[in-house]
Amino acid sequence: MYAYDEIDRTLVNERVSEFRDQVKRRLSGELTEDEFKILRLQNGVYLQLHAYMFRVAIPYGTLATNQLRALAHVARKYDRGYGHFTTRQNIQFNWIKLAELPDALEDLAKVGIHAMQTSGNNMRNVTSDQWAGVAPGEIEDPRIWSELIRQHTTLHPEFSFLPRKFKIAITASDHDRAAIKIHDIGLRLIKNEKGETGFEVLVGGGLGRTPFIAKTIKHFVHGRDILSYIEAILRVYNQYGRRDNIYKARIKILVHELGIEKFSREVEDEWQHIRNSSLQIDDEVIEDIRSRFTYPAYEKLPHMPDELRQAAADPDFEAWRKNSVAPHKVQGYSIVTISLKPVGGPPGDATAEQMDALADLADKYSFGEIRVGHEQNLALPHVAKRDLPALWKALDKLGLATPNVNLITDIIACPGLDYCSLANARSIPIAQELTRRFANHELANLIGRLHINISGCINACGHHHVGHIGILGVEKNGEEVYQITIGGRADENAALGTLIGPGVKFDEVADVVEDVVEAYLALRERPEELFMDTVKRLGVEPFKERVYATR
Amino acid sequence: MTSPLEQKKIKIAGPSVVTANRTWDGIVVYRTAAKGWSAELSEAAIVRNSDEAKALLAEAVADDVGAIGPYIAPVQIGEDGKILPGNLREQIRRTGITIGQPAQV
Repeated sequence: MYAYDEIDRTLVNERVSEFRDQVKRRLSGELTEDEFKILRLQNGVYLQLHAYMFRVAIPYGTLATNQLRALAHVARKYDRGYGHFTTRQNIQFNWIKLAELPDALEDLAKVGIHAMQTSGNNMRNVTSDQWAGVAPGEIEDPRIWSELIRQHTTLHPEFSFLPRKFKIAITASDHDRAAIKIHDIGLRLIKNEKGETGFEVLVGGGLGRTPFIAKTIKHFVHGRDILSYIEAILRVYNQYGRRDNIYKARIKILVHELGIEKFSREVEDEWQHIRNSSLQIDDEVIEDIRSRFTYPAYEKLPHMPDELRQAAADPDFEAWRKNSVAPHKVQGYSIVTISLKPVGGPPGDATAEQMDALADLADKYSFGEIRVGHEQNLALPHVAKRDLPALWKALDKLGLATPNVNLITDIIACPGLDYCSLANARSIPIAQELTRRFANHELANLIGRLHINISGCINACGHHHVGHIGILGVEKNGEEVYQITIGGRADENAALGTLIGPGVKFDEVADVVEDVVEAYLALRERPEELFMDTVKRLGVEPFKERVYATR
Repeated sequence: MTSPLEQKKIKIAGPSVVTANRTWDGIVVYRTAAKGWSAELSEAAIVRNSDEAKALLAEAVADDVGAIGPYIAPVQIGEDGKILPGNLREQIRRTGITIGQPAQV
């Protein structure tokens, strides 16, 4: 966990007071909505279909149990008893009242949580690998650098009025769980030949109506120079980024139009001006941040405790363990992913009761720490293997032990037309129907790793472009129509999916997905060949033929 | 179901209302003939041509403290005179989400 200092606490508290005054002036009419809108957005407050939506930041996806309990408290006291975890390590509350927002923010501030950088045209919440600090083989904990960037960019005037929103993600593992290639800036922690820590810097990734996979702009930037290098990128973006057309304002468009070579030269020129300035990071600064991340006092535990050996005889436990439990860097411990994708449930939602109970379990089994991943699941990062059977039983009672992590029902979905004012079509009911279709665990297991991503409009909050099967809801002649892509992925080999044909109606989507899956099962050469391998080997044509042959 | 945020020209093809969200709590409201707001669609003022729609919208926009984000939304008038939402988006705004909330699953 990271321990905030007095500066952080003062900043967060002052922000609450400031917003309380702004809300008061808005409700009295002293501020118009036009004047107030930018202020509410800077505090994570959107207007959605039914009410205001309040988006709270979970920096680099790390939560302490008192923070999760505070989120449960907000859900219960100010909302309708649940929250929605998003694809960028935030949580959203859907039914909040503007008049009560300052109180909700004040309650969250008591545990160091805020809503800064969750909306508006600024530097957004810096995201990272939800397994940061515990993943085997990691270069080092990427949250140290995420925190450095968070501190530097929070309320920084140069980054507060950008042409558009700007998102950074950081990973430190070979396997990218932070989806860095679909971010404005993606950072991959690496070591150079001297053993020094630095970053491969990628730029210009993003989804939305014009999707791009990020390109490498520099193969190695030393850690001490990362702030100046990011600032150089931002300066070039601020200078050349388009402000006249919202659809062309993201940095991905600028990188595409200038070309990565010219863009790199511009950044390099800018960087030379500021590289040796106060932006160069002293080792003491990094060491101070590093010292504020505390790690559990792990015990020396056996690799295979008796409790785990005995529980292995239970097929239900084994089904859950196989998909939910991952290796930990410390022997005798595991990382446990908590599926927020129950059969028939909205992906990413958790009730206040579940949050409270999970906080209790994290205190008991995970040294009081919870993680949030971009796949809209949670994780307990430090679970002793001996405790896995007991944890599984407790999670099962809470409806949090669905054994589907990384399987076809582990669906990413945006809120869609059920909640969102931008959406053209519903996402969640499509996800719910798919989880029912593939509820049989043996079938889901037979299919193996397969990610379905659903967005209810072209803004792509459900990351449909990078779903192994992507589903995009659009509106045509007043009806919901869904376009299906296959072959996308969001990991270190990120790729955009390919459209397989004309859109299909709401009621047909699950049938189409079933057809795609049946085609895959028939086409794969062996059970170990994953869906993505089959698509890579054969292309989309066989799937297209199967889906449209009878439609 | 095009997002009203993209509503640039006022062109209506049938009976319509002006809807918005109430400022203090964000709930869905409809502009009434009495120059106020109501949470009941049945109390909404109905407009049937562009001029009426523009006038009702202008009046709604002027009441910036009462409600935010006003726009013109289509409705259908049933044989019994009942006002019904004119598309899925407005149906969802009126009756709520089409899915169970997590606690209800």
